[in-house]
Amino acid sequence: MDTTLLVVQGLNGLQLGLLLFLVASGLTLVFGILDFVNLAHGSLYMVGAFICASLTFYFDSFLIALVVSLPLIGIFGYLFEIIVARKLYERDHLDHVLGTFGAILVIDTVAHIIWGANGISVPLPDYLEGQVSLTSDIQIPVFRLLIIAAGLASAAGLFWMVNYTRLGMLIRAGASNRTMVSALGVDIKTLFSLVFAMGAVLAGLAGMLIAPITEASLGMGNNIIITAFVVIIVGGIGSMKGAFIAAIIIGVIDTLGRAFLDDIFALFMSSEAAENSAPAISSMLIYLLMASVLYFKPAGLFPPKVR
Amino acid sequence: MKKLTAAVALATSVIAGSAIADTVKIGYVTTLTTPAAIIGQDMQNGVNLAMKHLGGKAGPHDLEVIFADDGFAPDTGKQVTDRLVKQDNVDIVAGYIWSHVLLASRKSVLDNDKFLIISNAGPSPAAGKLCHEDQFSVGVQNDLGPMAMGDQMNAAGVKKLYIMAPNYAAGKDMVKGVERTFKGEIVGKDLTKWGKDAQLDFSAELAKAKASGAEAIWVFYPGAAAGAFIKQYQQAGLSESMPLYTSFTIDAISLPKLQGAGFTAALGSQTTQIWDPTIDNAANKKFVADFRAEYGHYPSYYGAQAYDTIKAIAAAVEAADGAKDRDAFRAAFKSADYDSVRGKYTYGNNNFPIQNLYLREFVEGSDGVWTSKIVGTVYEPGQDPYASECKLK
Repeated sequence: MDTTLLVVQGLNGLQLGLLLFLVASGLTLVFGILDFVNLAHGSLYMVGAFICASLTFYFDSFLIALVVSLPLIGIFGYLFEIIVARKLYERDHLDHVLGTFGAILVIDTVAHIIWGANGISVPLPDYLEGQVSLTSDIQIPVFRLLIIAAGLASAAGLFWMVNYTRLGMLIRAGASNRTMVSALGVDIKTLFSLVFAMGAVLAGLAGMLIAPITEASLGMGNNIIITAFVVIIVGGIGSMKGAFIAAIIIGVIDTLGRAFLDDIFALFMSSEAAENSAPAISSMLIYLLMASVLYFKPAGLFPPKVR
Repeated sequence: MKKLTAAVALATSVIAGSAIADTVKIGYVTTLTTPAAIIGQDMQNGVNLAMKHLGGKAGPHDLEVIFADDGFAPDTGKQVTDRLVKQDNVDIVAGYIWSHVLLASRKSVLDNDKFLIISNAGPSPAAGKLCHEDQFSVGVQNDLGPMAMGDQMNAAGVKKLYIMAPNYAAGKDMVKGVERTFKGEIVGKDLTKWGKDAQLDFSAELAKAKASGAEAIWVFYPGAAAGAFIKQYQQAGLSESMPLYTSFTIDAISLPKLQGAGFTAALGSQTTQIWDPTIDNAANKKFVADFRAEYGHYPSYYGAQAYDTIKAIAAAVEAADGAKDRDAFRAAFKSADYDSVRGKYTYGNNNFPIQNLYLREFVEGSDGVWTSKIVGTVYEPGQDPYASECKLK
């Protein structure tokens, strides 16, 4: 196993982890602060991808489309909060799950009607299509590097906002003790809407960034939402730092598992058995991680201080 | 009372014998939701076009098609199959894109004495140990296309190959198919997660492929995964160093999207298949022209197989005067006496077709639309390697 490949796979893992973080950060904010289980968070990811894909063809530029799509998905999230989520806060978690599961079906069907079942491939401008050489033999697609940069920038922005702004202070306060925040005269409804819209923008951004790699397709959100839940459970529900670290860990573990597990298994079993068992085990790795985290630290790796 | 019954019976038999023949009900199982619905859509179009060409009739018999959605999942596929068989009481269950869905559903059909006519799926057990006198394929057994591809890669002088496919019944069959005929060294192999939450980001696998020193890469990624794979293959800069060979990956479904996004890596790549829009016979010309006129794009082989499925059923229904005389229907179906869009073919003992496999290359058509053309015939004809495991004569 050579180091070059290890570095490349590490970067791939980092890229996957950062995408997961974008989705999971919104989820953990909403879950942590609003105490609201939003299964439809993945739908925001999908809608973001579709809006950006359509606009890419409209503007004939992926980057312009990306910039225009971000506020649009924010507005979508804002409206979603008012129309669907707000009615459900007072109810218990099972109702949240049922309500947002219904929302998934509705949004998926509407997306099917608008964009069709085909999915949309998103073209990239030429300067994002190529490869960069980091060293003589480490090459990585430019666009994946862009994802890493965008993910790190979003994480830094979020970190700054949560820790150094008034909004961030309210968010942290809300995550610790919601009732107290509203008792202190903060307009909790607007705060909730804002948090929700922000989560939508982050999830939408992730969808927009993945669309040129895979494509904008129906049900893409339902694939990532499960992993995003694993991330916030491992990281500690409501913790931004936890979501970040857990997302990176999970991205790297998943990628390295897919990349190297069959070679590792082949060391102590027949190559055929390794070939057959490696894909099964590697898709289980993140759940094994979650199970062990839950066993040793039931509240996750970095639970918010006061709950 | 007896007299009345006799009279009614006489009357019905007279009516049945002359003017009104029974309607033959066909349940058609395919994928109409999830991203894989783009395949199901093509098949639905193929079925509808066949029904239109037939005027909804097979001889004196009316044909009725009931579509059912398998949701890209074996459990849902079995449920809807049960519903078609028990509730709708269809005579024939047809369709099936996915091998794992078919394997989960086939028993429900065959145990209830219905005919099973498979449009696309071709899992090895169905062609071998689990063959059945009431089960017919209008498609191709999974291994065969990749076997032809393996031979083709030998001919192209490929010595080191990297393999990628989804981790499910058909993916494993296809990999086995390539391994059966490819004579060089297989330097790496990845089976990726498949199903509703299929893996679509292949960064780790492509990095491995790049580091493996392979001279070529063979993949099987049907439906939506195809576009994702081709894009990443091009983005990873492999299109110059590692030629792409595919089975059931690039097709009329992925080509328009690839063209729209300018992924030229698809052009020039080759695959092996039983059908191509350029096959020169009257039935195929009519099918391709009418399909393009009706739906605005080229049919894929899924659409072609779906079209053939209905045409084959209609021919058998007409020859056997319905689907009630089971021996007559079996014999009629097995004769494959209809104008297939792929041209004439015959059935092996396992009720899977013995047919030509063509080498197709993806090209820009004269009207600027990306499509495919035939550049050779690999097997003339070919039969799957499981027929000998089947007990049927």
